[in-house]
Amino acid sequence: MSSETIRLYREHYLNCSYGVRSWLLTKDHKRIALLFLISITLFFFLGGAFAVLIRLELLTPQGDLVESETYNKLFTMHGIIMIFFFLIPSIPTVLGNFLLPMMIGARDLAFPRLNLLSWYIFSLGGLFTLGAVISGGVDTGWTFYTPYSSTYANTHVIATAVGIFITGFSSILTGLNFIVTTHKMRAPGLTWFRLPLFVWSNYATALIMVLGTPVIAITLLLVGIERGFHVGIFDPKLGGDPLLFQHLFWFYSHPAVYIMILPGMGVISELVTCFSRKRIFGYEFVAFASLAIAVLGFLVWGHHMFVSGQSPYAGMIFSFLSFLVAIPSAVKVFNWTATLYKGSISFDAPMLYALGFIGLFTVGGLTGLFLATLAVDVHVTDTYFVVAHFHYIMVGGMVMAYLGGIHFWWPKISGKLYPETWARFAALVVFVGFNLTFFPQFILGYLGMPRRYHAYPPEFQVLNVMSTAGASILAVGYLLPMAYLVWSMRYGKAATDNPWDATGLEWQTPSPPPTENFADTPVVTWEAYDYGAKEDKEKEPQVA
Amino acid sequence: MIGFPLFPEVASTIARSVDLLYFFLTAVAVFFSILIFACIVYFAVKYRRQPGRAAEQVQGAIGLEIAWAAVPFLITIVMFTWGSSLYIANSRVPQQAMDIYVVGRQWMWKIQHPSGRREINELHVPVGQAIKLTLASQDVIHSFYIPAFRVKQDVLPGRYVTMWFQATRTGEFHLFCAEYCGTSHSGMIGRVVVMQPEDFEKWLGGVTEETPAQVGERLFSEFNCINCHATGSRQRCPQLGGLYGREVELEGGGRTTFDEPYIRESIIAPNAKVVKGYSPLMPSYRGQISEEQILDLIAYIRSLTPEGAE
Repeated sequence: MSSETIRLYREHYLNCSYGVRSWLLTKDHKRIALLFLISITLFFFLGGAFAVLIRLELLTPQGDLVESETYNKLFTMHGIIMIFFFLIPSIPTVLGNFLLPMMIGARDLAFPRLNLLSWYIFSLGGLFTLGAVISGGVDTGWTFYTPYSSTYANTHVIATAVGIFITGFSSILTGLNFIVTTHKMRAPGLTWFRLPLFVWSNYATALIMVLGTPVIAITLLLVGIERGFHVGIFDPKLGGDPLLFQHLFWFYSHPAVYIMILPGMGVISELVTCFSRKRIFGYEFVAFASLAIAVLGFLVWGHHMFVSGQSPYAGMIFSFLSFLVAIPSAVKVFNWTATLYKGSISFDAPMLYALGFIGLFTVGGLTGLFLATLAVDVHVTDTYFVVAHFHYIMVGGMVMAYLGGIHFWWPKISGKLYPETWARFAALVVFVGFNLTFFPQFILGYLGMPRRYHAYPPEFQVLNVMSTAGASILAVGYLLPMAYLVWSMRYGKAATDNPWDATGLEWQTPSPPPTENFADTPVVTWEAYDYGAKEDKEKEPQVA
Repeated sequence: MIGFPLFPEVASTIARSVDLLYFFLTAVAVFFSILIFACIVYFAVKYRRQPGRAAEQVQGAIGLEIAWAAVPFLITIVMFTWGSSLYIANSRVPQQAMDIYVVGRQWMWKIQHPSGRREINELHVPVGQAIKLTLASQDVIHSFYIPAFRVKQDVLPGRYVTMWFQATRTGEFHLFCAEYCGTSHSGMIGRVVVMQPEDFEKWLGGVTEETPAQVGERLFSEFNCINCHATGSRQRCPQLGGLYGREVELEGGGRTTFDEPYIRESIIAPNAKVVKGYSPLMPSYRGQISEEQILDLIAYIRSLTPEGAE
């Protein structure tokens, strides 16, 4: 009871100062993480609203809910918002910002002002893109294929591209900050191989952000130049080459897929170990798999172009490299599964998300092999098979990991416990809704239904109705956590410092942490996920 | 029977072989999915948290790590080899293929048979005959996709691509544009009608139109090609008759085949590759001539016989 009273008056990062200014000018990585959390949540629900309209339109074979032009704008803006304004920033800017310094025993990221700037740049880019959406939207698909985007489209291509261009700098700055922080600010004793795997995977992600993002920026700039000034770059009518665009675009956008999944893999490593009370199986292999994915991810972009008219031999090389990048992902899945072996497994909501992730990521990864296989890809590329595949990775994988992570660290972030029963229920709803939405799309794809179709032949309707039904369940699954997490901020039970009894340094801070995180810099003498030692200690009487 | 299909029709010579590979991939995917799911469920039940039992710390096992990197690697090598060899085999056009030209534009497919019959969003072909399509786009990128044949090819502006298929049964099949091309992308659909050869002949003969070669001959004078390239004139340009399909030597070294892409390039960018012994005098027709007109001109040039042969 007395500790409860003390808790109420303790100063922490949330109550140390009040007012809009104290948030908008904050240099605290934790507050910046919350600024990002609010921004990307808004974008997630906006992108989700577009998805709902898409699925409603596809209930019937005729294009009867909206006009073709509107439909094309819907899937374009769904893609652009979800990829550039939700998935890419999601785990790095929210959980990464919040946790990276705490996990390595630091007071903040290496460049706190740059971190705040990163949020401002993100917001500016977001506002530009929202402006483009409100003033009529864009209809090129998130892939901006030329010469459609550079010459033929009559929508707000340049405004949208400027928005994405600006946001890219936010990504680069966050990446830079993470790389420097991981190198220079680790607590004494925290060697590379004692780092939580979440840090490894965010480090690998940061490398891709810094190396890849400039390429998409240049590419979009070139589209803008061709569109605005009619300089021939991509349009053959002006003397350009349309395939050049695809090479440049995918050189960034395939690694971007790994920006969107690697941080999720990091979260899963934290969750699986904590809820099975085990050290991770094959730590080094999981860590190096992240780096292998980051490096190999830069060499596989041509697998998006097997039927584009690129040379068949280039196709074969890209096919081979694409199979190669599947191996480190497989190694991770096997290691997570092996971590469960002889564990002491509990099924709290974050663990349900983690197990869901492993299952859905496995399906997403295995169906990727179909697309890497040349002769089969010819048939299924640009169909719903591809749509289903990448949603299994991006939504089944990344969003599950993100939600699992948000639940896991919610007590640390908010100082409150979320309602466990509701959270387990929501995890289950998301899993069921997700599979019902996207599994039928694999079948639709092999049947030959092309993606980005506003109207479709009637024999595809049954599977589309199933998919739309699933999407409505999925929508409920996403609204539930939104509701009870907000509710818990006011009415939730106060969280203890380490409610999961986890080993990470972040759990050694009070919940919520003080602005400086640690009163004294911790000295690390133990390996990551030292759950064995923790359990041994618990058998003995506690020494204060 | 259930009221909706779960598997596409099989209607071309390559469809079965693609499906076979697809079944193999599916088998591998199902096996590994079930393996992972079964392990998770088994461990989750067997090692669920129980009072009095703590987790046993297991160190990683290097042998296992190697095994579960090596086994998937070997399996993907099989997939790669199978997929690539089938792809290369499928991209080889049979010798006796029948030529058909296709032009894609927002938002229709224009198809032109050598006999002169033209159609829009429909492609009539005889069963059992290899068909070679030469495709170009008038504007943005499109993609010519016939699911029942398991073939797809992006159609690009500014160059020719080819694809081929041989239908194995008569009937009507979907033709889709698979690359997003603007507002009515989902309306850029049509059908492939596969007919018995005799029905196809009847269909071809049903309408008498100018053949592409005849149209090409007309365009040859309308665009003033004839001024320099007229039969007999040899001052400024090589003789076109009989050149199709042959190799020519180029000014500045190198050789190229005198085929569709080369003829097209020579109309759009005449000075890119000049035949040996000639000067780069010809003006570009970029922007003045449509893709269909170029195809007609090509048909005309193909039909020319070498001078003196008659």
